[in-house]
Amino acid sequence: MTAISDRRQLAYIAAQAADARVNIELEAEGMTLNIGPQHPATHGTLRIVARLDGEQVVEANPIMGYMHRGYEKLAEVRTYPQVTALINRIDWLGSFANEVPFILASEQLMGIEAPERAQHIRTILFEMARIANVTLFLGDMGVQLGAVTPIFYAFRDREHILNQIESATGGRFHPNFDRIGGLKDDLPAGWIDETKRSLKEIRKFCDQMEDLIIGNEIFQARTRNIGVIPADIALSYGMSGANLRASGVDWDLRRDSPVGLAYDKVDWKVWTHTDGDSFARYWVRLQETRESCKIVEQLLDTIPSGPIMAKVPRIIKVPAGEAFIETENPLGVMGYYVVSQGGLEPFRVKIRSASFSNMSISPWLLKGAYVPDVITILASLYFILGDIDR
Amino acid sequence: MADATETEEPVVVDEARSALLEAITADLGDALVGSHLLPGKDLWIRVSSESWGSTASYLRSKQQFRFFNFLSAIDWLPSPFGRSHGSSVDVALGNEDEAEVETTLGSGYAGGETRFQVLARVHSLTTNMGITVKADFPEDSLSVGTWINDYPGANWHEREAAEMFGVHFAGHPNLTALYLPSAFEGHPLRKDFPLLSRMVKPWPGIVDVEAMPEIEQSATADSSASTENPES
Repeated sequence: MTAISDRRQLAYIAAQAADARVNIELEAEGMTLNIGPQHPATHGTLRIVARLDGEQVVEANPIMGYMHRGYEKLAEVRTYPQVTALINRIDWLGSFANEVPFILASEQLMGIEAPERAQHIRTILFEMARIANVTLFLGDMGVQLGAVTPIFYAFRDREHILNQIESATGGRFHPNFDRIGGLKDDLPAGWIDETKRSLKEIRKFCDQMEDLIIGNEIFQARTRNIGVIPADIALSYGMSGANLRASGVDWDLRRDSPVGLAYDKVDWKVWTHTDGDSFARYWVRLQETRESCKIVEQLLDTIPSGPIMAKVPRIIKVPAGEAFIETENPLGVMGYYVVSQGGLEPFRVKIRSASFSNMSISPWLLKGAYVPDVITILASLYFILGDIDR
Repeated sequence: MADATETEEPVVVDEARSALLEAITADLGDALVGSHLLPGKDLWIRVSSESWGSTASYLRSKQQFRFFNFLSAIDWLPSPFGRSHGSSVDVALGNEDEAEVETTLGSGYAGGETRFQVLARVHSLTTNMGITVKADFPEDSLSVGTWINDYPGANWHEREAAEMFGVHFAGHPNLTALYLPSAFEGHPLRKDFPLLSRMVKPWPGIVDVEAMPEIEQSATADSSASTENPES
């Protein structure tokens, strides 16, 4: 139970003050530096308490929970269709991608499958969520190194994609468009041509970032051989997504297990980099954005006709069972472990979010790094606080 | 890309999972107390509480499950508040006597005898298969071994499970709260921890939207169909 009486309230405040005191305690060997909770590199409110020896980090300890919203508990008192409204807010830059694994897990439990057209449009929106998400990273990484211009280009060009997501789903950031058994609506008229135009802008943006950032000498000096993660360590920490592929692991769920999505119908490539440093993580994401454009363009040309909803009862009751479905989300592998006991609401939902595992390597990774590199390493890991805290 | 393999895939995966389960059964022996295989989809195993820690090193070194996916826990106690969407009686409104709160513990795939279960999932990149491992928490100590020696990524997952369920992972070096403030009392994801917002404002029930006149015919047909389970 939460603290209710005055005395408990006081104890609670005192404990919080004790938490906050960590950052002003100076130790004999070295000093303690507090980074955050408000810092532009953190995409939310993350706090890192770092013990320093000169310019080098001896120990880094991330403190989370500033944004913990308890979605796992809240999901237990909501019906299955209501849960998607919550989980949109986990990774708020690529919201549609959050809904898909949960819907797929529910569909697996119910034993139904979305029609082909719905799967196709799901894949398109999934990839567009990825483009909208990663575009911001491509610009934001420049800001962490002192280059302010790219972020404005990123916001400008992301708008093209967001407009298309909005015109199809009605929501710029939180579409809440995926339904058990299909999609809420069909695509609006003229959407396909308009989307192709916006993808051209993204391709132009990618070329621009390649010139501005990848080819930049300062960027290379600040990111090459910084924050190197070997493949085996990355795997045992549960790192996934572009972070893992930048360490040379050729694993992408879109290709290796395309459950309920149309990735196997198009021709595309999984990019990897062998270096595992901050530069590699940026480079892989840039190539993947281009690859996403390629996927969406091919899918737009081949949308099959047919219904967008399977036959689903109006009140959704999910048979008892357990299912785990994971997909390759913009930030990495995201999965939902759904336990049903045959009711209208899930019995338990475990949300496996990508950033949580990606960030759990940070105490290991930041050890020995220099203070200015802490910011670039964190930025290159690319996490979103909503995805860590859930 | 995967056009050729797509049609045969379920059969192939199924064989691979059966073979994997056989290998695990042979290697773990008595430590393996339950399993569940969903052909073409997934595999669950349940090990005894004492062998939970050693299962990690077995899966990682012998079976090449290199990727650590997640670790968490489940509370199998049915909600003591009876406030599920399907229930007809609302306990919090003073109907404690009428409510028939179910008290028998549920259990999922691969079985289970205790209220709390730990579950973890690892993935193998060589075979591209995942496996969910479960174990019961002993009722008296609520403690199992830690996985962080084999999968360092389990560190934060175990801290989260510990604070949310009030369970313990023996051998974890720093089992402090990850999300909750240090003076927080209780373990929020336990089923008997009340969700206060649901306590003060009752759930209104499923609001049945009135059908449009022209589609009334089909809507009533739909809702009559929905009363029965589509799969059974």
